[in-house]
Amino acid sequence: MANDVFVWIEQSDGTADSVAWEMIGAGRRVADALGGQVTACVLGDGVDALAGEAVQRGADTVILVNDATLAIYRLEAYAATLVKLAQEYQPAVFLMGASSQGRELAPYVAAKLGVGLAADCIEVGVDNGSLVATRPALAGNVITKITYSDSQPHMATLRRRVFAPSDPDAARHGQVLTADAALSEADISTKLVEFVTQEGEVNLTDANIVVSGGRGVGGPEGFEPVLALAEALGGAMGASRAAVDAGWIPYAHQVGQTGKTVQPDLYIAVGISGAIQHLAGMKTAKVIVAINKDAEAPIFKVATYGVVGDLFKLVPALTEEFKKRLGK
Amino acid sequence: MNAIALVKHVPDTAQLSSAMDGLKLMAAGPRIINPWDEYAVEECLKLREAHTGQVTVLSLGPAEATEALKQGLAMGADQAVLLSDLAFEGGDTLATARVLAAGIGKLGEWDVVIAGRSALDGDTAQTAIQVAALLDVPQLTYVARIREVDFDAKTITVERMLEGGREVLTTKLPCVISVVKEINEPRYPSFMGIRKAAKATIPTWTAADLGLDPDTVGAAAAGVKWPEINLPPAREGECEIIAGDTPETIAAALADKLMAEKMI
Repeated sequence: MANDVFVWIEQSDGTADSVAWEMIGAGRRVADALGGQVTACVLGDGVDALAGEAVQRGADTVILVNDATLAIYRLEAYAATLVKLAQEYQPAVFLMGASSQGRELAPYVAAKLGVGLAADCIEVGVDNGSLVATRPALAGNVITKITYSDSQPHMATLRRRVFAPSDPDAARHGQVLTADAALSEADISTKLVEFVTQEGEVNLTDANIVVSGGRGVGGPEGFEPVLALAEALGGAMGASRAAVDAGWIPYAHQVGQTGKTVQPDLYIAVGISGAIQHLAGMKTAKVIVAINKDAEAPIFKVATYGVVGDLFKLVPALTEEFKKRLGK
Repeated sequence: MNAIALVKHVPDTAQLSSAMDGLKLMAAGPRIINPWDEYAVEECLKLREAHTGQVTVLSLGPAEATEALKQGLAMGADQAVLLSDLAFEGGDTLATARVLAAGIGKLGEWDVVIAGRSALDGDTAQTAIQVAALLDVPQLTYVARIREVDFDAKTITVERMLEGGREVLTTKLPCVISVVKEINEPRYPSFMGIRKAAKATIPTWTAADLGLDPDTVGAAAAGVKWPEINLPPAREGECEIIAGDTPETIAAALADKLMAEKMI
């Protein structure tokens, strides 16, 4: 298994996170370059169906671990099991999505294995039989190439929505192995008390379309037209730090260096001037639309399309236009 | 109660400008305490106010990193220690975590280590988690609130800010926590605090002081290296300004463009 690529299949209640298939997609290309196979690690409780799905999505082998201690994701329990599997199968490379879970799980696993890890990568490849990765640092103001020492597996977390997901193929075959969880409940000190879902919470990092408001919206009520546009487009609503710091909208919506990094197909910035810290969180969107009354605002330097004018007239007009075209 | 805040001295990204690009900033730009770490220091101070005890600020870096530690002292920390040695240079997050874990061990009894979510420069958000792994203690990430802590029973309950809501977890002390900025509002150093920090003697612990073999730290032990650092490619193309006589005509023109690009 010395050339094999491990990928972790992130899931919740038996449904794979979309980033899991992006990992198989990226893992497949790395494995092909190494002359190895893709092994998907599926951890959960009663998640047998996911093993079949992982095979259809391109895994050659699935290691399936069903255990009550893994029913909900917990760092200690998941890390211990993945460490055990990596020690047993000795893959060359181990990839995880750079999700909230992946970005805490991967470093814990890497530390236990004593191997190198690159965070939030936007490219991975193989050079001379060794993984190479590319990642932004300093809030996206530099791009760093990462190489690895001889200690394997070479680990990386990969940014969401950057790597193409693998397509399912019902005719694909692969082997499914089963394994046991590394810890019993008595060994796990961390317990879930509750999960509090927040009203209007949105999955910004996974959204195809993000519409964000900034200082230019003028106050909490200024987010109403922004939200209406986001909803008309089936997207999520973001905000700049200025609007969050002013108390107009909760921190959960903040996009930028001290908030979330988003990678949508379409990002619409409404009344956002485009401070470098905000750009760090959104400038890799495929298409950026800027709506601002100040034609000199830096946001126009990264925008694909710009509209200079009054957002309170333009945003409702856009909402109506898209509702009409989308038949809503 | 013994709380330890991990702080890092980092390039100040607020200084980025057309004259100071990312490479220049990393090489020779002005340094500040990592802003995220101020939340970690503040949370330690709040724990001390509620439970009494001692707050230590700990940093790994060159001699200049004492500036970040002084900021922690000025905010009110009781003591500061710098981990510094030429052998520590070029370390990846794991090699760095190994030194920090040794430093924490040398400090003696502790209950909680608190770090900021990530550092401005590397933005890996890995080091604190790896410290927890090496110390073999629980790690709580993305903490937005400490709901309850009992230093006698050695338990802690926190709210973690995740996509879709808040996860409430309880675990055992000692543990490592990394915090998001929602957790508190870091205090400004008082005049007295700044004077005290300016006069403070900050001990420096080397690899030898920590009993670390130089081959297990720094570049010698790094699992990853960064042979090339470049500026990001400029975004292609100019911004196309959509103009029109009325908001409705502008909206229609923009919708045409976005639908042609299959964005909608």
